[in-house]
Amino acid sequence: MMLYDVVIIGAGIVGTSLARALSRYRLSVALLEKEEELAFGVSKSNSGIIHPGTQHPRHSLKGRLCVRGNRLIRKISRELGVDFKEVGELIVVFKEEELPRLAQLQEEARALGVPKLRIVDRSWLRAHEPHLSHQALAALYAPTAGIISPYRLVYDMAENALRNGVEIYPRKKVSQIACRAGERCFDVATSGGAFRARTVINAAGLYADEISRMAGIDSFRIRPRKGEEFILDKKKEHLTRHLLFPLPSKTSKGILVIRTADGNPMIGPTCHDLDDKEDLSTSEEGLREVLEGVRQMIPSISARDIIAYFAGLRPVAGEDFIIRHEEKAPGFINVAGIQSPGLTAAPAIAEYVCGILKTRGLILKKKRVFRRHRKRTVHLFAVPFSRTERLVKKDPSYGDIVCRCEMVSAKEVRDAIERGATTLDGIKFRTRAQAGRCHGSFCTTRLMKILAASTGQPLTQITKKGPGSEIVRQERGRDQ
Amino acid sequence: MINRDLVIVGGGPAGMAAALAAHESGVRDILLLERDQYLGGILNQCVHTGFGLEYFKEVLTGPEYAGRFIKKVTGIPEIEVSLRSFVVDLKKDKVVTFLKPGSFERVKAKALIMATGCRERTREMVHIAGTRPAGVFSAGLAQKLVNIEGLLPGRQVVIVGSGDIGLIMARRFTLEGAQVKAVLEIQKESRGLVRNMVQCIKDFDIPFYCRHKIARIHGNERVERVSVVRVDDSLAPVPGSEFEIACDTVLISVGLIPENELVEMAGVALDRETNGPLSREVNMTSLPGVFVCGNAFKVYDVADAVSRDSRLAGLKAAEYLRSLS
Amino acid sequence: MKRDLICIECPAGCALTVDITDGRVTAVSGNQCPKGEGYAHAEIEDPRRILTSTVLAEGASLRMVPVRTDCPIPRRALFEAMGEIKKLKVRRPVRAGDVLVENLSGLGVNLVATRDSL
Repeated sequence: MMLYDVVIIGAGIVGTSLARALSRYRLSVALLEKEEELAFGVSKSNSGIIHPGTQHPRHSLKGRLCVRGNRLIRKISRELGVDFKEVGELIVVFKEEELPRLAQLQEEARALGVPKLRIVDRSWLRAHEPHLSHQALAALYAPTAGIISPYRLVYDMAENALRNGVEIYPRKKVSQIACRAGERCFDVATSGGAFRARTVINAAGLYADEISRMAGIDSFRIRPRKGEEFILDKKKEHLTRHLLFPLPSKTSKGILVIRTADGNPMIGPTCHDLDDKEDLSTSEEGLREVLEGVRQMIPSISARDIIAYFAGLRPVAGEDFIIRHEEKAPGFINVAGIQSPGLTAAPAIAEYVCGILKTRGLILKKKRVFRRHRKRTVHLFAVPFSRTERLVKKDPSYGDIVCRCEMVSAKEVRDAIERGATTLDGIKFRTRAQAGRCHGSFCTTRLMKILAASTGQPLTQITKKGPGSEIVRQERGRDQ
Repeated sequence: MINRDLVIVGGGPAGMAAALAAHESGVRDILLLERDQYLGGILNQCVHTGFGLEYFKEVLTGPEYAGRFIKKVTGIPEIEVSLRSFVVDLKKDKVVTFLKPGSFERVKAKALIMATGCRERTREMVHIAGTRPAGVFSAGLAQKLVNIEGLLPGRQVVIVGSGDIGLIMARRFTLEGAQVKAVLEIQKESRGLVRNMVQCIKDFDIPFYCRHKIARIHGNERVERVSVVRVDDSLAPVPGSEFEIACDTVLISVGLIPENELVEMAGVALDRETNGPLSREVNMTSLPGVFVCGNAFKVYDVADAVSRDSRLAGLKAAEYLRSLS
Repeated sequence: MKRDLICIECPAGCALTVDITDGRVTAVSGNQCPKGEGYAHAEIEDPRRILTSTVLAEGASLRMVPVRTDCPIPRRALFEAMGEIKKLKVRRPVRAGDVLVENLSGLGVNLVATRDSL
């Protein structure tokens, strides 16, 4: 059996960032994911915010790695061909007695190294955020905040890691980790075969505590903290220009009003601790809570504007990230409790972990050739018509529109499948087909047929997000 | 830039009726754009009877009704039918940009008829709480899967909404061998045609609950069950009335929304409530020379009425063209 | 005895009141047209429905061809007829109006295509 230098468990934003970072060195790396596709765990519910680094204690990993990540993402997004928009963030206050807290946040952020911060007043807010409530008194303005598509980032990161030699294995759920006595060697048993590695990095999101226990380290618990988010019709995109935050509470950044990378306004998230790591349900109470929460900020938002909603679970381990080499299991690195600002921090986390690895017995020698660039994915909805015309001439199937609401062509769908989509959700996250206002009512049959033709599967085996989520039960003319 | 006298977007019963009427009225240059591979629109998946009673004085199925129009339209050389053609942009000056496999086209229309039909209201728009498993379908998608693709979406179905599509699908699923465990209607009586209550619900003894709604969908990968609750006159849940129904499929049939995003691009004023165009007269819009007909204008109950009104749009477009010269 | 029925012959859905003696209809009221009377008789004495469905079409670009019975069949025979329809495979090109099965399930009606197989 092959002995890998590194096996990474978990292919969300952290796992794929680690994979890409490690792929620049002469190492054999395998990235394992238990779900049917990458990003199907915590990362798919991410809001896509790139935080500036406000709202974190000065000496925290969260704070330092967020600020560093915010800087790194600009270069990385360019290299990978993913859009990063620097839209800026406003932490808004409505009462005089909140002003000292705002000033304190500014001071803490400045100490962390967050650049260009300033407090803006009512007239600035009226001029730059016309739909913000006129009760808003002042805000802490952090211009370096931005927005990105979280799952497109995961997929593009993974693709680049793959191109640079990382082996990626979805559908491999880790069941056991055995450390060989006296050797620096781990035997990782999964639902789809065994892997052997000198170093194991645990980036398993909600299940990081269980993975850590498998390696004999039982020092933390992951508690899921649910957040419900509500997406508004794109027609309301004028409602906000910056990312709007209230003053943070002890446990969360509060209920926000933002615009996602795809242009839709989004409100939320709520913040509730749970026991069930699989509970992704949304609720009437969640909707009420979010509408209440944003009313103070943008009074004109109403429930009728909502076109979609979902829930995500933050993997909470404690106050801060847990990123450390475990001395009791030499070669095992925990990267756990990566909740907000996890997306922002991810490239910095990868950098930090590489630093840990260097000091813990892994030789990191740079490859002579590191293919850092990735050609930007073509999305018809993001290009001008002049480009569309050229694309259609080059490849006729760019003119074959499958998803009407988001203008996605058959070519883009087939490309997504070639790049790893095996499910309808995978196609949705990569192309936006089914994410528009009709939510797949029009395009689902065509997408199923393209997937079936590309993979050779019968239509009854096409799933939403992996085994158990098959779309249809039976096909006329085929025996059950 | 190619100039066309009349461009019609949508080759369903509305677009075809408008094309025929315009041609009868003297228009000799008509481009009919249809995004699917065949004409007929939604009628292709409406395999049941109930069409043609008024228009043809016969009892026809959807495909038969569409077939009458398709035969006429394809027999007229001055009506150019362009299939697999998807309009991506519409400008105030009636420049229509569309894509088809292998080509990107732009034409300038003197008169424009939008016959773009409806889309369905989805689960997301009516905020049904719970998880997001496979097995939740809009009724129209379920109908397409069954009737066009020969696929059975599920075996134990709960239908939300007693509009005609929901009732028709209750019967369709039952005939295909699935079990329809309930049809839930939030109002105090059914929304669909009375005849459909008889031939779709009563005929098959399907449990029908008025003043009920789904409180929650359960199931992680696939629907496993739903929590159902009774509602009062203000549509609020009645405490203590909750019960569960085991099922693997939920059909959402809670209304149709006219598709007017294209015409909105061109600056046509829409009614915020209905999403239909604001107009003082049937088929007219706030833009001269731009007409909307069929379900894109307003949601019709019967296809025959669509054909009748869409003829008017064709005649008005012809009149408009005459007024230009 | 009296029974209330909804006529399904057209979208109007007239509410009918029917007098029944010894299982036969003796009087019908509430119908706006003669079809209602015919429907009431049939519904009490011999309820029938037109069956519509789809049939697998091999080799066609659209998998399914929509079909109908050319005349109404007894309500109690709907599932038996469906059983036969689900087993059918049409192999040659079909035109709307073609008879695909004569005397479907021995019911004395034909199964007819309602669209060309494309």
